[in-house]
Amino acid sequence: MNPNKYLEDITEIKKMMNRSSRFISLSGLSGVLAGIYALIGAYFAKKTLVEHSAMDAAAYSQRNSMPLQDNLTLNLAFIASCVVIAAMLTGIILSIRKAKKSDESIWNKVSRRLVFHFFMPLFAGGIFCIALIQNGSSGLVASATLLFYGLACVNASKYTLGDVKYMGLAFIILSLVSTQFLGYGLYFWALGFGLFHIIYGGLMYFKYERS
Amino acid sequence: MSLIDNINKAFDHRIRLGIMSILMVNDHADFKMLKELLGATDGNLASHTKALEKEEYIKVEKQFIGRKPNTRYSATKLGKLQFKKHIEALEKLIGK
Repeated sequence: MNPNKYLEDITEIKKMMNRSSRFISLSGLSGVLAGIYALIGAYFAKKTLVEHSAMDAAAYSQRNSMPLQDNLTLNLAFIASCVVIAAMLTGIILSIRKAKKSDESIWNKVSRRLVFHFFMPLFAGGIFCIALIQNGSSGLVASATLLFYGLACVNASKYTLGDVKYMGLAFIILSLVSTQFLGYGLYFWALGFGLFHIIYGGLMYFKYERS
Repeated sequence: MSLIDNINKAFDHRIRLGIMSILMVNDHADFKMLKELLGATDGNLASHTKALEKEEYIKVEKQFIGRKPNTRYSATKLGKLQFKKHIEALEKLIGK
């Protein structure tokens, strides 16, 4: 046997271990685009808030005790849904494309595991945020969404590119900082969902895809 | 003892190497999953799993999911130990 054969064997072992336990077709470009959508969404959200003159952080404490006006909540929910749907669709489409290129099937045991471990904390977080609004603590919603998203990323990182863990940790830290600056939730959102996604997606794109 | 002694003949094939690699990082895998990942034909994969089963490196469980028969594979303790030794031997041979 020649040494090349040993090297080939080791490469094959690594490839199979990764392929069978991690979904590696997650597209970095979709992270960048998700970040851009989030920034566009944040811009419209701010515009809506200004129109309702609800953006003055100094007036925040008085506002907190009042429930948000209904149509404002609806407008914001609409913007948020658009961002989430656009980001998810982009992520799915680009990942399918990447999976096809590397000859990996998109819906298998590995990707199912990834989806389950990612969405479990997110669903819990979503329900928790509804409870926060119900109890008049809507000021903490921004921090809670960032926190649960960060936890979801850390949790999912075992089943995809391990680097997702570091973005998750960044989200967790950001969310804890944001708890001390209630009323600035939108800026923290833009920083996390916008900027962090763009940085992470860009890094992943250059690290794994540009070749 | 030379390094070559730790190279295990039972793993000296791409498909068998693949089966063991997958079962090292997954608690278990079924026939379909192995087939997809390794890109092997039914007959080819079956003969390699049989060989590994004979060495008692993997465990085979047949069960039914609903009405469909399902064959599930997992690595035995012995299999994991032998495979680790095999990897170490490969790494040393390359490192030389």
